[in-house]
Amino acid sequence: MATKKTEKEMDETPLEQDDSPKVRYSTIMLQEQGAKYKTLLTEKYKNRVKWEKPDLRKIYSEIPGTVIKVYVEEGQKVNEGDLMMVLEAMKMKNKILFTQNGVVKKIYVSENEKIPKNHLMMELK
Amino acid sequence: MSLKRKILELQKKREKVLQGGGEKAIEKQVAMGKMTARERIITLLDENSFHEYDMFVEHEARDFGMATKVLHGDGVIIGTGTIFGAPVCIYAQDFTVAGGSLGLMHARKITKIMDHAMKMRVPIIGINDSGGARIQEGVNSLAGYGEIFYRNTTASGVIPQISVILGPCAGGAVYSPALTDFVFVVDKISKMFITGPEVIKTVLGEEISMEDLGGARVHSEKTGNAHFYAESELECFDQIKKLITYIPWNNSRKALPFEAQEPKIDLYKIDEIVPGNPKEPYDVRDVVRAITDDSDFFEIQEMWAANIVIGFGRINGETVGFVCNQPLVLAGVLDVDSSDKAARFIRYCDAFNIPIVTLVDLPGYLPGVDQEHAGVIRHGAKVLYAYSEATVPKITVILRKAYGGGYIAMNSRHLNADFVFAWPGAEIAVMGPEGAANIIFRKEITEAEDPEKMRKQKVKEYKEKFANPYVAAAKGYVDSVIEPRETRRLLLHAIEVSKNKVDNKPEKKHGIPPF
Repeated sequence: MATKKTEKEMDETPLEQDDSPKVRYSTIMLQEQGAKYKTLLTEKYKNRVKWEKPDLRKIYSEIPGTVIKVYVEEGQKVNEGDLMMVLEAMKMKNKILFTQNGVVKKIYVSENEKIPKNHLMMELK
Repeated sequence: MSLKRKILELQKKREKVLQGGGEKAIEKQVAMGKMTARERIITLLDENSFHEYDMFVEHEARDFGMATKVLHGDGVIIGTGTIFGAPVCIYAQDFTVAGGSLGLMHARKITKIMDHAMKMRVPIIGINDSGGARIQEGVNSLAGYGEIFYRNTTASGVIPQISVILGPCAGGAVYSPALTDFVFVVDKISKMFITGPEVIKTVLGEEISMEDLGGARVHSEKTGNAHFYAESELECFDQIKKLITYIPWNNSRKALPFEAQEPKIDLYKIDEIVPGNPKEPYDVRDVVRAITDDSDFFEIQEMWAANIVIGFGRINGETVGFVCNQPLVLAGVLDVDSSDKAARFIRYCDAFNIPIVTLVDLPGYLPGVDQEHAGVIRHGAKVLYAYSEATVPKITVILRKAYGGGYIAMNSRHLNADFVFAWPGAEIAVMGPEGAANIIFRKEITEAEDPEKMRKQKVKEYKEKFANPYVAAAKGYVDSVIEPRETRRLLLHAIEVSKNKVDNKPEKKHGIPPF
């Protein structure tokens, strides 16, 4: 356990210095107010994934399961509501449908393949 | 001055206020694709039913040049009216007046109409369209927000509270809608967030548009903050009107009954909807429509956590709340979000005397690291809590699969369901036949000459023995195994005979639900 620091010592603590394996000090600067706020940042915060605008053309799995059958081929034109594949998961032959129109650019899964959640299954163009 | 003159004077004063923030501001509002606050109220309520109060309220701010500023009605319109004859209290923030910013008197008007709604025990509808706190009024505007939140909480479960987001609703302001029962959003118009894109960019360096951060779709699909999504304001008002017909005026009443109607049985053939093979998906909403009056089903939170379906329908003219697993989406599993969604709706129905019908077909809770780490234990417990706590008539129909913890959670007899029916295809067991056979007969299977053949045989054995409704029926956990076509008749009867249900729970201040 690190001993409690006085305010002055806190001010002098260099940024990015580890105080314990789980938490560390850093500062956040709010520009418009020109004030500095000292705060604790956790490992979870440090490891967070930066938000990026999702690419809707890339289709990811929403549940882990086994690909039973793929109903489309690369280069095929597809419409919203068309059957993409059957993914067996949680004792159910889940029908995965296209939610947009497009052309299949690449298929990343094959039949009988076990896939985890958030696995890139297909790409449209 | 003669009275006639005074009347003229009043008319003039009124006219001024009715202009809101003036022509230019109204033009801007229209350019954003939005109706004005008054138009919204008049469109939503029954014709000529709206009566406005506190029209001449003025703000008392003196600092930062506010003393000379005239803000008509202080940026908010309050009043009473009716929707299909049902009395409601309503307020609408007027974005054309100082951006609908919330100052002390603005908040006082809102709390006044909320207090009125509570006294009269009628629903309160709040239309939000505001830039946020009026900064010139400092802590007074914060006081205003706090007083609204306090009233939202006090009124919760006593009168229906409806929030309509028709513009920005940012910062602390978002917590009033979050505390209310139903939140309505409209595409491209509604924006809700705690901190806007600017602050996120400054602090975290992440760039995101307002729409991607807190637009109508985000709150309808991702966050679950919104309950109803509409493409236009007019569609949104139609949804609100429809909702009002399903719910009672307050918690000591029942929803007004409608004339009973038969379902459209030629469209929804109840015998043919659920496939015999438990691995085949189907849309559970078709089963609901095969049961309800006129096959009408008013779904809530349609796009969020779609693996559970919630909403209102009528049976024999009476409003019923439906909670159904949806095999079409994620195999119908219970997970963090669907548990949250179901639990809150169950508590809503319980608070407002609406019987709950639960249609069960689920493989159980969703396994996985992300679910466990997202707190599926804590969230899943909400479903158990909500069903156990509810004292309205609780009726369960097991359509097909009811395995493990999912079976218990979905209003089983053990959580004090009043009626539990099962269709003949129901499989009520501690887990699916494959999983169960692999565990029980592990030794036989591994030691067999042909393990695969042995496994199949044992799965078949288990299926015959346990994957049916009769084991549970033999214990009285299922009251009756019924034909699908008998469902509506039995539900109708069950609701009928439950009218005087008394379920005395021990007295307490309140429970500690796992939220």
